[in-house]
Amino acid sequence: MSNFVISVESLSKVYRLGQIGTGTFSHDLNLWWARVHGKPNPMRRIGETDHGNRAGDEIWALRDINFSVQQGEVLGIIGRNGAGKSTLLKILSRITSPTRGRIRVKGRVASLLEVGTGFHPELTGRENIYLNGAILGMSRFEIDRKFDEIVDFSGVETFIDTPVKRYSSGMYVRLAFAVAAHLDPEILVVDEVLAVGDAEFQKKCLGKMGEVAKGGRTVLFVSHNLPMIRQLCRRAILLNRGDLVQQGDSERVVSDYLAKAFAGQYSEDVCSIISSFFSDPAFRLLDVRVLQNGKETNFVGNGEPVQIEIEYNVLEKTHGLRVFFDLYDKNEVLLFRSFHDSGEQVIVPMQKGHYLSKMEIPANWLAPSIYSLQFHAGIHNTRMLMPSDVRIPIYVHNTGIVNKAYAGDPIRGSLAPNFDWITIRLGTSQG
Amino acid sequence: MENSEPSEQISDEYWDMTIEPQRGLFDLQLKELWRYRDLVMLFVRRDFVSVYKQTILGPLWFLIQPLLTTITFTIIFGQIARLPTDGLPQFLFYLSGTVVWSYFADCLNKTSNTFVANYNLFGKVYFPRLAVPVSILISSLITFVIQLLLFVAFMIFFILSGSEIRPNLWLLFFPVLILMMAGLGLGFGIIISSLTTKYRDLRFLVTFGVQLLMYATPVIYPVSSIPDRFRWIIQANPMTPIVETFRYAFLGAGTVAIGQLLYSFGFMLVVVFLGVIIFNRVEQNFMDTV
Repeated sequence: MSNFVISVESLSKVYRLGQIGTGTFSHDLNLWWARVHGKPNPMRRIGETDHGNRAGDEIWALRDINFSVQQGEVLGIIGRNGAGKSTLLKILSRITSPTRGRIRVKGRVASLLEVGTGFHPELTGRENIYLNGAILGMSRFEIDRKFDEIVDFSGVETFIDTPVKRYSSGMYVRLAFAVAAHLDPEILVVDEVLAVGDAEFQKKCLGKMGEVAKGGRTVLFVSHNLPMIRQLCRRAILLNRGDLVQQGDSERVVSDYLAKAFAGQYSEDVCSIISSFFSDPAFRLLDVRVLQNGKETNFVGNGEPVQIEIEYNVLEKTHGLRVFFDLYDKNEVLLFRSFHDSGEQVIVPMQKGHYLSKMEIPANWLAPSIYSLQFHAGIHNTRMLMPSDVRIPIYVHNTGIVNKAYAGDPIRGSLAPNFDWITIRLGTSQG
Repeated sequence: MENSEPSEQISDEYWDMTIEPQRGLFDLQLKELWRYRDLVMLFVRRDFVSVYKQTILGPLWFLIQPLLTTITFTIIFGQIARLPTDGLPQFLFYLSGTVVWSYFADCLNKTSNTFVANYNLFGKVYFPRLAVPVSILISSLITFVIQLLLFVAFMIFFILSGSEIRPNLWLLFFPVLILMMAGLGLGFGIIISSLTTKYRDLRFLVTFGVQLLMYATPVIYPVSSIPDRFRWIIQANPMTPIVETFRYAFLGAGTVAIGQLLYSFGFMLVVVFLGVIIFNRVEQNFMDTV
């Protein structure tokens, strides 16, 4: 039995670029006259080509979007700026209407596009709770019933009869969010509101959103905070320039999105590392690579090993030349430093030549997290050869076997190695 | 099954709401407006409370405005220009005109700004947009009632001091007059507000247009003082019979023309009808053009 609450069907939205209309009535009339008589646009600038259907002036903020949401689902919506996320939410919350297609909805939709909408600075906190609640679609009775809860949640009891213009911005936001959080709609639309407020308050908000979701209600969550999308949403859709390019399991959608988004940045980082090397009489860096399954990428799964390669020329026979890298976790803690010759028992001089040093970080060893790599080279007790502080980020997603049975639990710690545990049953329990 | 098309399995009655490119021309969503009646009342309260916060005289301003206007009119049009007043005390004559006119002008001026003034609010949250102009009608009505009480107080004062003032049964017709003024103000106001989303020119027109229109309405002169040749101009103005009838009902001087009132009432219906339809069309997409 399906229980869909939102059905988006062939939804499209076209915006006209530039100034909308010509701005004055006489010009519009002129334009219309010219169009009716098949003459070229009289307002066109000289040298500009005229697109007969004016397609050049249009932008498709959304193009033929289809998806549906089931009751109780927490759906993440991701994509770059300008991908159409906000337009989608605006249409869903009926602020603007689509150009084509339709959305069908079961239940009340409430949006938190921006908290504090309609707050009037001259009115008191109490008055604003009622006004804001009504704007968001609550009845007077509903607000009466939840009033104490709202005030409690906001933590501004003392100032509830003070005009909100006297509030600090923190209090203002807290009160505004408190109203919004008590809306109890069947479908909640959230757009980046969690960016506001202090850490403690954000935690409160997250808790409230989880509560809403657990209460069997549906949440649409737009954010650039991908870890949070992963954590809160089971399913996600990815928009790109108005097209719905992917939908499904949020873990996978976020991963694929990151892989695409960071591929460009990766090669840029590598270039800047290579080009920033000092020219040195003994050493020249040629390339650094992060690979998985033979493909160069900094977007890796932790279920397979990750290869790290450094390619370089040694220009003269050097004693104590070492190439190495540092691996940092997302909190900037150095996890380890690894040298190309750390396995050697004695110092081996490097002959002149073209070298490739490579190592492997084993499978089921990294945690799903973001690491960064910093490459170095140096001559022992003599000089560093690497001035660059450019690091290559490594995005690790979860493909490993560690803790598979309890996949819902967050993985703690910077690393998630799979050690060989042995558990033996020693007999019946004592005592 | 997760991404199967629900539209094929689920009948139309299942859904509570359909968001489509264009609503029907007459799909005015009045039911929605009724559901949001609490919001309308809170807007009224907000407008009323917030205007005079942090002022010394507070709500007294509701009385000071018409009083000062009337005194000015009495001096300029009564004492200096010596315009006729149908035999009524000049002060009372001008006060009646001012009070009635300012209700209409208030409704029109404020509603004509609906979209532009509430751009921020409308851009973030949905509620029936008509709630804003309707709340303006009501909050202006409160102001009007306060000013009307002032007028009645002066009326009683003048009666007691022996002026010939004869309130009559047309007073029963007064609620209809209010309805007509509110309708005209709303209708014109929302038509203008709908057009200003695209043509800002109209904003300038409204401010002095309303002022000019006052001179084409018998606010500072009675219809009887207009030469027959020009009278049709004054009578084409739908506000004319409203002001005249109001004055006749309360003060017993002036003219009541049933035909004129019917014309005015019909005019009001047409303007409201057109206004609501245009407004309804514009509200769906104005965020893209404003």
